[in-house]
Parts: sequence; structure tokens; C-alpha cells
Amino acid sequence: MEISRTKTPNPRQRNLRKRRGMIEFLYILPFLILVALFSYFPLYGWRYAFHDFVPPTPISSETFVGFKWFASLFSNPVKTADVIRVMRNTLAMSGISLFFSWFPMVFAVFLNEIKSKPYRKFVQTATTLPNFISWVLVFSIAFNVFGSNGAVNAVLKDLGLIDRSISFLKSSDNLWFRMWLWLTWKNAGWAAIMYLAAISAIDEQMIEAAKVDGATRMQIIWHITIPSILPTYFVIVMLNIASFLSNGMEQYYVFQNAFNQDWIEVLDLYVYNIATSGRGNYPLATAISILKSIVSILLLTGANGLSKLIRGESFI
Amino acid sequence: MSDKAINALAKTHNKQKRKIRRSFGDYVISFITYVVYAIFAFVCLFPFYYIIINSISANNLSEKGKVIFYPMEIHFTNYKNLANIPGLTQAAYISVMRTVIGTTLTVIVAAFLGYMFTRETMWKRKFWYRFVVATMYFNAGVIPWYLTMRLLGLTNNFWGYIFPMIVQPFYIILCKTYCESVPKELQEAGEIDGAGTLRIFFSIMLPVIKPILATIAVFAAVAHWNSFQDTLLLMTDEKLFTLQFQLYQYINKASSLKALVNTNASASSMAAILAQSATATSIRMTVTVVVVLPVMMIYPFFQRFFTKGIMIGAVKG
Repeated sequence: MEISRTKTPNPRQRNLRKRRGMIEFLYILPFLILVALFSYFPLYGWRYAFHDFVPPTPISSETFVGFKWFASLFSNPVKTADVIRVMRNTLAMSGISLFFSWFPMVFAVFLNEIKSKPYRKFVQTATTLPNFISWVLVFSIAFNVFGSNGAVNAVLKDLGLIDRSISFLKSSDNLWFRMWLWLTWKNAGWAAIMYLAAISAIDEQMIEAAKVDGATRMQIIWHITIPSILPTYFVIVMLNIASFLSNGMEQYYVFQNAFNQDWIEVLDLYVYNIATSGRGNYPLATAISILKSIVSILLLTGANGLSKLIRGESFI
Repeated sequence: MSDKAINALAKTHNKQKRKIRRSFGDYVISFITYVVYAIFAFVCLFPFYYIIINSISANNLSEKGKVIFYPMEIHFTNYKNLANIPGLTQAAYISVMRTVIGTTLTVIVAAFLGYMFTRETMWKRKFWYRFVVATMYFNAGVIPWYLTMRLLGLTNNFWGYIFPMIVQPFYIILCKTYCESVPKELQEAGEIDGAGTLRIFFSIMLPVIKPILATIAVFAAVAHWNSFQDTLLLMTDEKLFTLQFQLYQYINKASSLKALVNTNASASSMAAILAQSATATSIRMTVTVVVVLPVMMIYPFFQRFFTKGIMIGAVKG
């Protein structure tokens, strides 16, 4: 006998189904509450941005100040300068990432050209490992390798290129680019895996046919491999744009010090710093978070719309 | 001319063509690719190797930056002295506990919700699924989140590490996609036999979706082990600091820890004392090795799980 899904159930069956549906909902309810508490309820905390809120004192109608904190970002010259500096760092570092976003793709394309499978596997394992260590560990490694007695300074001294140690971590020269290098050191191998998957999905026959027609390796890469993985690249670029303001704070928090502060402070780190330094300005930090969220949502929907327009497919 | 002959001719023709195409230029490209990727691999692996050899070399040499490519005067005093570093054992305990408890809960919940969201009978299923998945795309900001955690009594509380990370939309999407790929007949058979929703989950689905759960477990464990920001935001009680957080503290105050570590000098000669007494460098390196080693040890074995995870993730949920 076949169980038919389309058969209209009689009222008793329908009631049974309904009851079962409610019970199933009750099973997941505890987890929905967790989601509500940790993801939705904090949004209610946005109200602090509209109050003169100093932590132990609760907010009330007397502490309400409207858009004072939002306005202060533009009317207070010190804060405006801060915001401009922080936005400069954020946009510069996100911009560098976007500009070099092709790197993992090219990395994957040429890795795929290596014929020896064990060697390819080895390279893949070695280059993806850094993705799985935390930023604190990356910083510790940076400290140990690039510190005044670290490997890099020692080798440079042995080669006679320098007399005194260079304090790489304290300098702010090319800081944005160096932060990108660390980010790439950590992520590029991992990001390449997605492209490798896309490459392995390319129809073998197409490549064979090209070979028969006398295509060189570079021609195959240029005319077959790259066009086949461009859709993946496109999605990555869109995601990059959507998170343009969210560099996260961990990398910059661990790498920041008194010498590079002006160049490393991105939006996420700035929010944390103004909330924790001195007396802690919670309302201002919240106000900036709100503005950031609004812009981020706009970027996300914009990028998604663009994706729909160009590829006829959304990514969220 | 027979078909066979034509085929043979075509074959030799192809071979010739291919032979011509493997030109000198191709070999140069191959060679360059091999070398460039060797450099990439070296750059990624050397820092780990460098820290490990330094942690087992004579401390007075590593302090001066003499140990670069191979270990010198190997000793393990640094590891014996780890117990003298204040807070390290406790931090290791916290890190292990949060990783074990947190990963277990995250995986079970991801499996359960992933399965439940495939139950078409569920009341407002689509809505609740979106309710959960939408949280991937917004964030209230650190301060509102912190205030919420404080309100819930989860600051300076071990469970502050666990609860916020239990429901992970991305893992739920992975599980749901995987459950949908399991033939419907399997569940229907269970239903005919009178199994309820939960029974079907535990007896039928859970064993079937094990492969995806392994992938999720590895991801969740690494995320818990590496987590740093939640300690920074939520915890002021040193007893609750994780290894990652303590490592950051140690890096910044390694020189002041020297004295504490060097309490029981048992070395016989002056040279041995110099080689084995802790320095700021030795403390930093050794603790780093301890924190990074678990990830390095499991990584080569679980790499296929990681790879699988990102590939499934690439398929939209």
C-alpha cells in the first residue's frame, strides 16, 4: 500500500497532525528561547544609545537624551577626528582585502596544476593549518618570529643586512598591508579549498577536448579553469562587500600597541576601546554599533541584490 | 581503411600533439610552481617548527636568537616548569572543559534542530527556521551583548562560555541539508512502525547523519578551543580564564613571570643553570607550544572532515 501525501486527511487525522506539529514545536522551543535571548534580546539593548547611561545607574525617562550620542559623532571635533581615523583604517584594510581577494583563487588554480598528488596534499595541509589557530597564537608566533631576538632579525643580522634589530611589531610602517599579510597567512590556504572543489567539478572531457585542439596549459587555465570558478569568486567578493565594515576586533586587538594604535584601530576595535577605556562610554559604543549594523544590512542586501541581478541567484 | 586503423592513427596523432605541447616552457612553469608552493608551505610551517625547537633548546641560546633552524642542547626543563606558571593549569582545565561540554551540546543541538526543521508537520516550521538562520546576518554589538550576558548572570560564570554558543545556525543548516538528502522512506518506515518524532531522531536519523556530525564536532571544538573574545568581554575572575586568554597575558608580562618559574633550580652546574632557567622567551615559546599543540596534533587526521565541511557549506542551505 502506498502512503499518499496529497490525500486530504479526515478531520480526526488533521487534528492529530496539528497536535503532533505543536508537540514538535514544543521540542524546539527551549532552543528558540536561547536564540531569542542571545541574538534577539541584545537588540533591545540598543535603547542605551539614546540615554545618558553610566553602568550602575539604570536608565529612566530622565536619562533620555534622544540622538545626542549620534550627533556627538559629527558635532564634537575630537570624536569626528576619531571616527574619520577609524573609518580610514577600516576602509583601507577591507579595501586591501577586497583588492587582493583573487589571491586564494590563483593559489588554488596553480596548486591544481601540480601533478604529484602527495606533494599537492602536503602543500594543502601545510597552508590550511594556520587557519585553525587563534589570533592570539598568531600574535604569539609573530612576537616570537619577528621580535627583537626572533628568527627574522637573527637571520638578517647574520647576513649582515642590519646591525640593530628592527622592531617590526612596534612600527606602523605599511601596517595595513602587514595586517593583510597576516590575514592571508592565516586564511588563504583555507579559502583556496573552496576553489579546489569548484575546479574538481569541471568536466574532464572539456579539458581533454581542449588538449586535443592543441591548447597549452595556460590557455586551458585562462579559457576553462578560471571561467568555471568565477561564480565562486563572485560570491566571495559579494560576501567581502557585505562585511566591509566588520573586520572583527580580535586580530587588531592582539596586534595593537601604543605605537601602532592610530593605524590599527578599526571600527569593531574602536567600539570595544571606547566602551572599556576610562569610565567606559557605553551609549556611544552602542550608537556606533547601531550605525554599523544599519550600514552592514544595507551592504548585505545591496550585494545580494547585485548577485540576483548578475547571476540570477541570491546568496543569503 | 578499417575503423581500427583509423582509431590507431588518431591515437598516435593525439599522442604526438600532446608530446609537442609538453614544451620547454611547460617544464619551466612546472618547476616554478613547485618552488613557489614549497615556499608557501615553508612560510606556513616554519613558525610552528621554530617555536617548538626553541622551547626545547638551551634557554640562554634561544633568548639571544641563536636557535633558528635546529634545536641546540636539548632539554625539557621548560615543560617541567610549566606547573610553576600561575594560572596555567587552571586555564588548561577551563579550556578543556569548555571544549568538551560546549562541543557536545553544540553538536547534539545542531543534529536535533537540523532534523526537526525537516519535519513538515511542525507548527510554523519555515518561520522558526528563518528565525534561527537570520541571526547569522546581524549582530547587536558588543555592549548590548555584554549587558544581556550580565543581566542573565553569565558574566564571571563558566556557562557564559557555553550557552551563547549552543545554537549555531550554520551547523543547523549543514545538518538540515544532510537530513534532507536521507531517503524519506527511512523515516516513513519508522512512522509506520509507530515511532514518534523523538524515537525516529534517536534510532533512525542520528546514526545516519553521523558523518556530518563528525565534521561539525571538529569545527565546534576548534572554535571553542580558540575562543578569546568571550573571556575578554565576560570574565574578570582569573579562575575562569582560558588558555588563549592566559597566553595573551603571559606574552605581555613574560619577564615578570621568570622569577616565579625559577623557584626550584635543580641543575648541577653553572652552565646548566644558564641553559635551563626560564627566560621571558622560553616561557612565551613553551606556553605557545602547549596551546597550539592540540590543534596541530588533531589537524592532519581530521583534515578531511574540515575539507568536507567547507564544501558542504559552499552549497547554500
